[in-house]
Amino acid sequence: MTTAVEARGLGRQYGGRWALTDCSLTIPAGHVCGLVGPNGAGKTTLLNLATGMLAPTTGTISVLGGVPASGPEQLARVGYVAQDTPTYAGLSVADHLRFGAHMNPHWDAGLARKRIEQLKLDPKQKAGKLSGGQRAQLALTLALAKRPELLILDEPIASLDPLARREFLQTLMAATAEQELSVLMSSHLVADLERVTDYLVVLVGSRVQVAGEVDDLLASHHLLTGPVRDASALPAGVEVITESKTGRQSTYLVRSTAPISDPSWVADSIDLEDLVLAYMGGATAVRPTLASAR
Amino acid sequence: MIEFHLDTRSGVAPYLQLIQQVRQALRLGLLQEGDQLPTVKEVSGALAINPNTVLKAYRELEYEGLAAARPGIGTFVTKTLAGESLAAHEQLSADLLAWYRKARQAGLDGESIDAIYQQTIRSAVQEERV
Repeated sequence: MTTAVEARGLGRQYGGRWALTDCSLTIPAGHVCGLVGPNGAGKTTLLNLATGMLAPTTGTISVLGGVPASGPEQLARVGYVAQDTPTYAGLSVADHLRFGAHMNPHWDAGLARKRIEQLKLDPKQKAGKLSGGQRAQLALTLALAKRPELLILDEPIASLDPLARREFLQTLMAATAEQELSVLMSSHLVADLERVTDYLVVLVGSRVQVAGEVDDLLASHHLLTGPVRDASALPAGVEVITESKTGRQSTYLVRSTAPISDPSWVADSIDLEDLVLAYMGGATAVRPTLASAR
Repeated sequence: MIEFHLDTRSGVAPYLQLIQQVRQALRLGLLQEGDQLPTVKEVSGALAINPNTVLKAYRELEYEGLAAARPGIGTFVTKTLAGESLAAHEQLSADLLAWYRKARQAGLDGESIDAIYQQTIRSAVQEERV
């Protein structure tokens, strides 16, 4: 299996401020990888480094084994949908497809036409007159018709209504299955990513907090509740991610590859949102006991 | 062909939900030996879920001997779970329907009916064990 994205000690500085520091990660190909983190965490910077629109200040990044934007062939292998799925407001849908055909050596005109028909878009319509959902679908169509091996999307669904979001993800998942794409998409809406991603990278404060296959991450994180005790009472080999205490109870979100067998702790599994929030915001992720008993 | 659906609030992993729905369809005779399951692309596109989730479910069904993949064509059902009991399904379903109507006439609501049903089955299963 090849590697979609590999970064070693990657950093990028704007003026005096570091937007990304010491980022090392390996994202295998064949996954739909979610890149999540709060606003300003460095998600867009990382994606721009992967597309080659930015050059690293420190470290290295390789995409599908090549240097980002190092030549026409490398450019053809990576599709990119920028934040808010931009299109050219003054150009018609058909103009966009013609533009795509001119710019991309592996352009699949049949696929582009078929997708526009399925979406029931009028080829003569100016992109500026399309709804947000339609514009997003047009941008996605352009990126898919380019026939990339890796598709990078920056917050593609954040500004869409729930129906358009669903339709966008349906298109993306069907294309992922059909074209055997690797996908790297950023989002701060974890709930939307839950069903589509099988690989997760959490980026907070310009650093990678956790990265791995979603199934492995969920299996290795546990929510432990028990009587008030400090962390030294926890089973050996667990790593504490967050902790909170009330007068009577301690709650720890821990990472442990071994199952928790200590009977003095109640171990609950967590979902993707809990996991992301734990790495993003510390104790805010640990829900009150009542809510988790639902 | 069956259509999958996902209950996002159930807490059951999506791939397990797909497996359960295939098993259920097999038990009810909705799917039979030789039937094709929806393609990975169809399921991913319809439910907006990761193709690897669908592949995982189908691999598990293959492992259980319930389905087999034919490369380039799709995944097909290789076994039925309903078996000889299938013939009795219709009568059993009619009996249950008659019972349900009786319960409604007696003024029971859906939740009470469900409670009686679950309770009765549970104690029957316990008796069988003893």
